[in-house]
Amino acid sequence: MTDTTELTPPRPRRVRAGSSWTGFALRRLGGLAGTVVIAVVVTFVIVPLIPGDPAVSAAGPDATIDQINRVRAELGLDRPLYERFFDYVGGLLQGDLGHSFSLNAPVSEVVFRRLPFTAGLSFLALLVVLVLAVPLGMAIGALTRGGKRRRLDSTFNYVTAVVAAIPPYVMATLLVLLFAVTLEVLPPAYTRSQPGLSLLLPAFALSLPSICLIARVVRRETAVVLEQDFLRTARGWRLSGLRMALRYVLPNVLTSTLTLSGIVLVAMLGGAISVETVFGWPGLGLGVVNAVATKDYPLVQGIVLILAVLSALMTMAVDVLLGIVDPRVRGGQHV
Amino acid sequence: MSDRATVPEVRSASSAAVPDAGSAKARRLRWNPALIAGVVLLGGTGLTVLIASLVIGDGAARLSADIAQPASGEHWLGTDYFGRDQLARALVGAEASLIMALAATVISMSIGVLAGAAVWTAPRRVRELALRFVEITVSYPELLVAVVLAAILGAGRWQLVVAVAVANIPATARLTANLSGALYQRDFVTTARLSGVPRRAVIGRHLLPNMAEPLLIQVAAAFSTGLVAMSALSFVGLGVQTPDFDLGRLLADALPSIYSRPLEVVGPTLLILLLSVGAMLIGDGLAAAVDPRVRRRTTARAETPAGSAPGASTAPVVVRDLAVARADGTPLVRGVSFEIGRGEIVGLVGESGSGKSLTALSLARLLPEGLTATASELRAGGIDLLGRPTRRELADTVAMVYQDPGTTFNPALRMGTQLTEVLRVHRGLSKSAARSVITDLLAKVHITDPERVLRAHPYELSGGMRQRAMIAAALAAEPALLVADEPTTALDTTVAAGILRELGRIRDETGTSILFISHDLGVVEELCDRVLVMKDGEIVEELTCEALRAGAVTAPYTRMLLDSVPRLAVRS
Repeated sequence: MTDTTELTPPRPRRVRAGSSWTGFALRRLGGLAGTVVIAVVVTFVIVPLIPGDPAVSAAGPDATIDQINRVRAELGLDRPLYERFFDYVGGLLQGDLGHSFSLNAPVSEVVFRRLPFTAGLSFLALLVVLVLAVPLGMAIGALTRGGKRRRLDSTFNYVTAVVAAIPPYVMATLLVLLFAVTLEVLPPAYTRSQPGLSLLLPAFALSLPSICLIARVVRRETAVVLEQDFLRTARGWRLSGLRMALRYVLPNVLTSTLTLSGIVLVAMLGGAISVETVFGWPGLGLGVVNAVATKDYPLVQGIVLILAVLSALMTMAVDVLLGIVDPRVRGGQHV
Repeated sequence: MSDRATVPEVRSASSAAVPDAGSAKARRLRWNPALIAGVVLLGGTGLTVLIASLVIGDGAARLSADIAQPASGEHWLGTDYFGRDQLARALVGAEASLIMALAATVISMSIGVLAGAAVWTAPRRVRELALRFVEITVSYPELLVAVVLAAILGAGRWQLVVAVAVANIPATARLTANLSGALYQRDFVTTARLSGVPRRAVIGRHLLPNMAEPLLIQVAAAFSTGLVAMSALSFVGLGVQTPDFDLGRLLADALPSIYSRPLEVVGPTLLILLLSVGAMLIGDGLAAAVDPRVRRRTTARAETPAGSAPGASTAPVVVRDLAVARADGTPLVRGVSFEIGRGEIVGLVGESGSGKSLTALSLARLLPEGLTATASELRAGGIDLLGRPTRRELADTVAMVYQDPGTTFNPALRMGTQLTEVLRVHRGLSKSAARSVITDLLAKVHITDPERVLRAHPYELSGGMRQRAMIAAALAAEPALLVADEPTTALDTTVAAGILRELGRIRDETGTSILFISHDLGVVEELCDRVLVMKDGEIVEELTCEALRAGAVTAPYTRMLLDSVPRLAVRS
């Protein structure tokens, strides 16, 4: 009678597979559309929001009146705002991102030349993160279960906290100091002749902090999952440790790990901005920095838009993956 | 940069999304090592930087003839190409970074919190639109947003502060909105709203004080994000411009000559590390201090009890002098002895904490870590549970059925995969063979559509269905002993009655011994042949079922349990 066996609220049952996928896909596509629309509006308002005359600042300090007027016409500043907006959107719909005046080339051309570098860098970094962080976190979680191995626990905690706190560009500097300056085994910057080799340091600079971050989360989730009732059930069925880790712990740690990986992947695009600068890596991050520095507004707009759409696509990819791994996510429930 | 910064916020949002009722009362902050280390690191570095830049700060701008000197007693980190002291420059740069980060934190927190809380006092349409908007803005990389703002505002100190502050507002606003959302449906807020308390007072008096803890964590996160984002922007050349400088600018200036003068990067790198690690540790420490999940149990590993005296009894299940204790020696179960015959159902009753579940778990060798069981004899189905039985022997001997709170099955796997585990792993059956065995067993426990159940995920089934499936899985091993730990407590009465009938039938058909644990004498009375009553880790009375029905109990405790049965019957 005094047993405090509280009833957990029953989960909604019988989510039919077909309908749940449709609704799920519609919701995600809606989110994607919203993200893209906001990105289009925000990139458009960059130019009108610039204090003073954007044409004057874009043309540079030594520009003649003629040059300024040419830039003004090119940016369309002599026309009303709504007209420029419809032009901008119309151009986008035809794949026209505008014309970069610092490089004198179509923005789309610049963007697609740089895109593979950023995509490759982020993808490799994420791969390294997942391959290393998940097993590490699970192992530490299992080894320190129920307060065992206190020393391992605190060592792991402090090392990962410190490494996770290192900003990617500082990590990049440290890695250059170690591998390029001191050991002289890896190139300190992008070299056209060895793109593969010069990818290693930026990828590690981007991934090391994230590895620690995700390993910490996986560890904590593992500790929680290990105390769950269904692990008691699995123990009752006398399954081996490996089988329990792979089939009972991993899938249930995956939901939070993937959610976090989505955030980390998107943040990596941000981190790429500074890391690419350290290594002179010719990706979109370095591209946007150069564009802002040279006040090449169409190029800024184009790259920012592409990066925003990329991050929205990645968020959606992770959501879809989550829907596959954990059917409850499809049902629209928060796990 | 923002990868690490976004995440403490996410974590704090999830762990603190639903503050418990008492959180309004000032709960004392639990200091932990991470928090102390963070405060010492950030506070120490911050103070040092502020004092040092007052004392030796003028060296940062003073040109001298000592150009590009290595480290020396006079210039600890050497001098740069203009003969300026590197250490002084690093310290002054750190001061600039610190102050800018503080300013950005103040701006983003005040606007973010106000916006997030205001969203919930707005009309529903506006609120939903605003929430969607915030959700989308959070999904852009923070540094990208800051770059866009830097492009609009131009380069410089205050522009940098504004850019980073604005970039950080969505995260704070979302956290506040989530927290307010959880609070807004709570009774005391509803009461305040309905009794006409003005909006501003609802926010100030009811919402904000209840969000203090997660918001404090967010302050730490915003500070470290801000610090790192600003130095990142300065580093790539979009923030503070020469001759002005902060840590990021200094590091960028030092980088081109990293081969010839690696010493130059040391000062700024070290200071960025100290400040950001300090801020991160504080955020982590704060999160840990308010997260009840992180509190660790102080337990040690259980050791296998050794030494058994061969017993004379021939019963399939024998327990003699069983004791369970914590690692520190606290006894939880003392001197428990009983036997279960073939085809016998023995009930074990008592309130929670009486030791009935620990007794059962000892028999199944599934005691939680940190608990030790000792006994003079512990045997089930010919297996000495005090020895070292293999996993397979255990699986074949003892099977468990638990209370079903909806969590006894792995939510990620289909039922078919889980239910056939024992058969595939321990009996070496093929997938299809195991499936057909389980299908038969499911039919035996009266599941009408076994195929559908095997294809389903656990959450798609009702509690009664899951419990029947659990029993089927237990039967798959043809165990000598079935331990049912409160198998009907979480089910409603009709479903529970069905489960009890199944257990009775199983006993009749297979001759399995069943240990049935419950706190409900009414249920036990119906099902069991014998009843053991436990209190404070000891058996206080052993009764036959007839005696129990006749009310012929002697122990006052059993009388008390018995007296409370009618009330339960009324409630259900």
